[in-house]
Amino acid sequence: MSVRIVLLTLLVFACVLLGLSAGAVPLPLTAVWSGLISGQGPEAGIVRDLRAPRVVLAFLVGGSLAVSGAALQAMIRNPLAEPYLLGLSSGAGLGAVIAIASEAASPWAIPLAAFLGALAAVALVYRLSVVSGRRLDPHVLLLSGVVVGAFAGALMSAIMVLSDAPGVRNAFLWLLGGFGTASWRALAVFSAYAVLPLGVLLFHARSLDLLALGDEPARHLGAEVDRVRRLVYVCTALLTAASVATCGIVGFVGLVVPHAVRITVRPLHRSLLPLVFLVGGCFLVIADVVSRTVVRPLELPVGVITALVGVPLFALLLRRTLA
Amino acid sequence: MILAARDIAVRYRAGGPLALNRVSCEVGRAQLVAVVGPNGSGKTTLLRALLGLVPVEQGLVLVDGRPVGQWPRRLLARTVGVVAQQEEALLPLRVADAVMMGRYAHLGALSAPAERDRAAVQSALERCDISDLADRSVDSLSGGEWKRVRVARALAQEPQALVLDEPTASLDIRHEMELFELVRELVESGLAGLVITHHLNLAARFAHRIVLLSRGELVAEGTPAEVLKRETLTRTFEWPLAITSWRDGSPQVVPLRSSDPTSQTDEIPPRQEAP
Repeated sequence: MSVRIVLLTLLVFACVLLGLSAGAVPLPLTAVWSGLISGQGPEAGIVRDLRAPRVVLAFLVGGSLAVSGAALQAMIRNPLAEPYLLGLSSGAGLGAVIAIASEAASPWAIPLAAFLGALAAVALVYRLSVVSGRRLDPHVLLLSGVVVGAFAGALMSAIMVLSDAPGVRNAFLWLLGGFGTASWRALAVFSAYAVLPLGVLLFHARSLDLLALGDEPARHLGAEVDRVRRLVYVCTALLTAASVATCGIVGFVGLVVPHAVRITVRPLHRSLLPLVFLVGGCFLVIADVVSRTVVRPLELPVGVITALVGVPLFALLLRRTLA
Repeated sequence: MILAARDIAVRYRAGGPLALNRVSCEVGRAQLVAVVGPNGSGKTTLLRALLGLVPVEQGLVLVDGRPVGQWPRRLLARTVGVVAQQEEALLPLRVADAVMMGRYAHLGALSAPAERDRAAVQSALERCDISDLADRSVDSLSGGEWKRVRVARALAQEPQALVLDEPTASLDIRHEMELFELVRELVESGLAGLVITHHLNLAARFAHRIVLLSRGELVAEGTPAEVLKRETLTRTFEWPLAITSWRDGSPQVVPLRSSDPTSQTDEIPPRQEAP
């Protein structure tokens, strides 16, 4: 275990340094270091005000989305569950777009609107996939998620075309997902919404272990199944909403990362969730680095990169779960 | 009494038929009670009602003297261990980790398992004779091994009562007998035991008392000799049966073929063993 912790710490450091040095203007590590430590030199502004908040935000968003994916997968007992595929991201996006279009919202309130959108989406998905008296079929749930996501996406497009609020014009690019607008304030907004749900999910790690066994065994072993399920819905909706509100819709992080981590670690959430958080952070920092270096000086939306990795893995997992 | 159902009625749908109608049943310490009856007679419903998983329309379910609805599931899990009829081994958990889940009702949210928890897991593994499987992954186990892992997990809860729903379905004779011997041994060491089974003959040999259900109603309750009567069973299972007895005196049930003489009297003498 200790070897793993050392390796993981090194990985996190390497990713953060990479994130700070790569970009439209590549910086050598020495410049990154002096910019961070002393604040001296021409690069200090780039490192401190542009790249540092961007890297930290990408890290926290990646970790949060990955943890949401892991929690949803335990609850639904299916490795394909993920905030984007279950329609939470699109619901959150719709909520955020409505808030922006109505021009009333401060940056602190946009995540709240996104949260309401995500909760509404997840309630609708759940309602669609539970046929009375029948057991919840994970594949039907995913299908409902995709359908609800498509519907929310259509509404978002309609609002963006019809509205003439000033913020809406930028919303299209923002929705594709990216950290181009990252700032220390965006980081503060995100953290304010994300810290509590992350803590709550970690606190219920053992309940997630039990939920993954099935409702009845979980009850026999002492889990308050319905309460934990509600908590997971609310916490993942909050995390997704905070992510979408600060950096748009980034899909598949919650699918790719827990899957990769489970290959190397026992599926017990007390150790799985922290690892998933760290690896998810690294994954999105690297995806962000790729997004701003492959077509330099342009930036690809980071959601494009995560989808390019996520969709093939989704196809593979889908075939495996159907087999 | 650890588990007690008093005059309970259960209905799954409002306006639907009664799944249980005025059924009572009690399980005390060091007592093994077997619940038997045809398919659809309400055996599993009775178990679910005793565990507070279905609401009762009338009557009372008590666990250790307290209405089951008032138990937080965490405390209930420290009092009653359950081995359900089926549970898929979905995750590639280590056997030792799976059994440790029996300790979750004792553990704090974030604290690591203490010495006492590890000892409970170790002893549960030993009692179920699966210590050598501790590092195996549960999705690589045979049906019999997985069943014993689930019994071990229930024992790790250190409950006062153990409830098993058709624990030996799909097990061969050796594993079936080993499991019943284990349950009986646990009961003799002080646990209250409730087992649902289709094996009337094993119920007759292992259980202290038998509860016979039919169509949601209590047909008979008592010692094996009191309950396993030819007329009662023939009527309940809608099939002609004969009753013989094993050397220890426990009644044994023989289903009759249509070619058997129908004038079968109540008792057939036990078959003489070949010298």
